[in-house]
Amino acid sequence: MSKPSFSSIISDGLWTNNPGVVQLLGLCPLLAVTTNVVNGLGLGLATTLTLLASNATVSTIRRVVRPEVRIPVFVLIIASVVTVIELAMNAWLHDLYKVLGIFIPLIVTNCAIIGRAESFASRNTVDRAVVDALAMGTGFTLVLVTLGGMRELLGQGTLLSQAHMMFGEAGRQLTLTLIDDYRGFLLAILPPGAFIGLGFIIAGMNLVNNRRARRIAVHPAPAEQPSAA
Amino acid sequence: MNYRQIIYTAIILLLFTVIGTSLVALTYDNTRERIAANERATLLRKLNQLVPAGSYDNALVDDFITVVDPAAAGKDKTVTVYRARRGDAAVALVMSAVAPDGYSGNIRLLVGVQADDILSGVRVVAHRETPGLGDAIDEQRSDWVYGFDGKSLGNPPLAKWAVRKDGGNFDQLTGATITPRAIVRAVRRTLLYYRANREALYATAANTE
Repeated sequence: MSKPSFSSIISDGLWTNNPGVVQLLGLCPLLAVTTNVVNGLGLGLATTLTLLASNATVSTIRRVVRPEVRIPVFVLIIASVVTVIELAMNAWLHDLYKVLGIFIPLIVTNCAIIGRAESFASRNTVDRAVVDALAMGTGFTLVLVTLGGMRELLGQGTLLSQAHMMFGEAGRQLTLTLIDDYRGFLLAILPPGAFIGLGFIIAGMNLVNNRRARRIAVHPAPAEQPSAA
Repeated sequence: MNYRQIIYTAIILLLFTVIGTSLVALTYDNTRERIAANERATLLRKLNQLVPAGSYDNALVDDFITVVDPAAAGKDKTVTVYRARRGDAAVALVMSAVAPDGYSGNIRLLVGVQADDILSGVRVVAHRETPGLGDAIDEQRSDWVYGFDGKSLGNPPLAKWAVRKDGGNFDQLTGATITPRAIVRAVRRTLLYYRANREALYATAANTE
């Protein structure tokens, strides 16, 4: 199997094969948690950390573990990592932990993680697996933060409210009230807002992709490689 | 697959189970005290909203009893009562309460009653009411819950312990009557229990220590 280049791994994770909006993995936490930016960022970082630890471990042991037991071993690794992260968050980011609550343990069931372990980390070297974890994790976090930002802005007219839960008391000043005396748009905060918002993000992505494809078709750049991008 | 491979595979699996479990156990052991301290701090912060930190001198978080109120809602009808004292004098009680008849699941409350039988306040600890409507019971969303401050069973009279829609003295929320109604009922029930058991609630020895 040919080794994927680092740049293709990164563009895969961030855009082409983004776990949140292209693969549509981990939708349950994605839709449930993103009522504001800080929640999205918190879950995104926790997921990235899990991905990083699980990808690195899986890739390190890929020659030791026999294929017959690889899935149970992956599950064991992911479950342990998530539990460790959960305990650590409970100890050091207690307020945020209480908000994200059930969704931290649920990272275990985020298919994006076992998906990366099985389809990428178990077949690639450690450095590539780590880059893949960072790219996929960042891609997922970006979607969570974007969706959280859209919903928070529409729903309550602020950005980064409750930032103190993550950054300590200094974080209170990070909160931006963009619309004063905003009455709030309830739909954006409620679950339907998450689906609608995600729909808009995916539509926007398709728009950009189509436009780019058309531009390449009209003006085929000679230097452009006919890669499967 | 021959026996050798089977055993090799089994050992690998066992090895990862052991490593994974030890990792979790180690982290648990290292974070346990911090997590417990966090939970105590969070609880104390909530209790201090109802009983100001300077007004008592005992260990409020530890000085609690669990009693059974047959009228209470919840799984086992238990009420946790935290007692604030200054020396031997009673300062206030903070009682847990559950309003089971909200719009969406149980609403968990803390009800603070001063030694002079007047409410020092009510706080919502956990709820799943509709965001934007029923969630105005949360003190971070609106001032509604402060409406209980300074009230008691005589003020307003017992018959007026209801939302205005039911002929009582408490405001409902715009677009949400069920939620405030449930909370008013729960607070009223807690105060009735308090009135009947006041002395015992202060006098019973604490559960811990």
